[in-house]
Amino acid sequence: MKVTFWGTRGSIATVGAQTQLYGGNTSCVTVSDKDTLLILDAGSGLRVLANQGFHKQFKHIHILLTHLHIDHIQGLGFFNLFFDPDAEIHLWGPPSSNTSLRARLNRYLSPPLFPVRMRDFNCKLHIHEVTQDQFIIEGFVVNSNFVLHPGPTLGFRISDGQKIVTFIPDHEPALGNPKFAIDAEWTSGYALAKSADLLIHDSSYSEKEYKSRRGWGHSAMHHALLFAELAGVKRLELFHHDPSHDDDELLRLFHHHVDGKWNFEVHLAIENSVIDL
Amino acid sequence: MAVKEIEIILSRQLADCLNIPIFLVDPNGDLIFYNEPAEQLLGKRFEDTGPMPVAEWAVIFKPRDDHGNLIPPENLPLVKSLSLKIPAHGSFWIENIQNKTKHALSVTSLPIIGQANRFLGALAIFWENKQS
Ligand SMILES: [Zn+2]
Ligand SMILES: [Zn+2]
Repeated sequence: MKVTFWGTRGSIATVGAQTQLYGGNTSCVTVSDKDTLLILDAGSGLRVLANQGFHKQFKHIHILLTHLHIDHIQGLGFFNLFFDPDAEIHLWGPPSSNTSLRARLNRYLSPPLFPVRMRDFNCKLHIHEVTQDQFIIEGFVVNSNFVLHPGPTLGFRISDGQKIVTFIPDHEPALGNPKFAIDAEWTSGYALAKSADLLIHDSSYSEKEYKSRRGWGHSAMHHALLFAELAGVKRLELFHHDPSHDDDELLRLFHHHVDGKWNFEVHLAIENSVIDL
Repeated sequence: MAVKEIEIILSRQLADCLNIPIFLVDPNGDLIFYNEPAEQLLGKRFEDTGPMPVAEWAVIFKPRDDHGNLIPPENLPLVKSLSLKIPAHGSFWIENIQNKTKHALSVTSLPIIGQANRFLGALAIFWENKQS
C-alpha cells in the first residue's frame, strides 16, 4: 500500500516560507492500493489532493475521520467530488453521546461557518458511524478505537493483509500518567499501534511547551517516541506539527530528541511525501 | 493482556492523584486497581497483588450493619453499581485488617459508562466515618 501525506500540520494551516519543508496544511493522509483510496482526516490538505485530482484514479473513495476538530474536517467543503452526481463517497467517523455524525458535521457544513450545507452535496454520500469497531473496506481491514483526546476521538489501525499503518494524529497518552510509557496495558492507543509497520502520531509540542498545555489532548515529541518504542513499531512519522514550529524549530527538536537514540526509523512527516509500504 | 479502555485509564489516573481510598473494578467485579489510600483499607499493596479477581478481594471485607449482621452482597453499593448500572451509596462496619478494630465506612460508587454507551466497570470511593 501507498501512504501519502497531504497535510501534516496541527491546529491551524500555517503557510509561509518558514514552513515550506514540512508543510502548512492540516491533517490529511491517504492510504491506497490499486482501486481503493482511504482518506484519513479531511484537514486543509484534502484541498490539495482534490486540486491535483489524485482521487480520480480510484474506484472506491472512503474518508475516515478521527474526530471533528476543525483542523481535521475543514477540507471537506473543498473536496469537489462531493458535488459530482456520479461520485460515490463513504464517510466514516465518530458520533458523540447524543448527536449523530451527520448532525455533528452539519454544524460546520452550514451557515454561518460555511456557505454550503451538507444536504447540497449531490454525490451519493454514505455516512457510517464508527466507535470501537472493526470494519472492512475493500482490501483493507480497519480497527478503530477511542484514544485520549478531548471529545470522542478515534485512532485507526489499517491492514492490507501484509502491512499495518496506524493513524493517531491527536493523542495525549501521557496525560496524568507519571510512569508513561511503561505499562502497555494502561496506555491509550497501545493495541492500535502494536507492532505497526508505520505509526503516524501526534508530536505537537516541545517538552517545555507540554508542561503548560497538559490536558489539551496532544503529545510532546518525546511522548510520541516513547509511545512508538513501547508499541514496538518499525517506523514512526512525527505528525500534527504545532503551528508555532517552523522548519528550523522542527529540525532542532528532531536533532535533540531523535538523533541516534531509537532502534526504529523516525521521521518528521513531510507534506507531499509518499511512503511505499 | 487486554489493553484498558481510555475511560478506565483516566479513572485510574484520577484515583492515583487523589488522597481518598478508591477501588476500580471491571464489569465482572474484578479489582483492576486500587490507590495508595485504599491499600491501607485492604492491608495489601497494589504493587504486590496486582489486579485481584472478585472472589479473592471481596472476602477480605466482612461488611456488617449496625446490628452486627453481615450485609448480603446485593446490598453493597459497588455491587449495585455493577448489576444495576446506577450510582449507589451505603454505610457499614468493617474490621481493620491489622489491628482488628471496627471502622464505620461510607461508600459511594458509580458506574463507568463510556463513549458509545460501553459499560466498563465501576469506581468506589470510601470514607471513614470519624464521628461514629
Ligand atoms: Zn488536531
Ligand atoms: Zn483534535
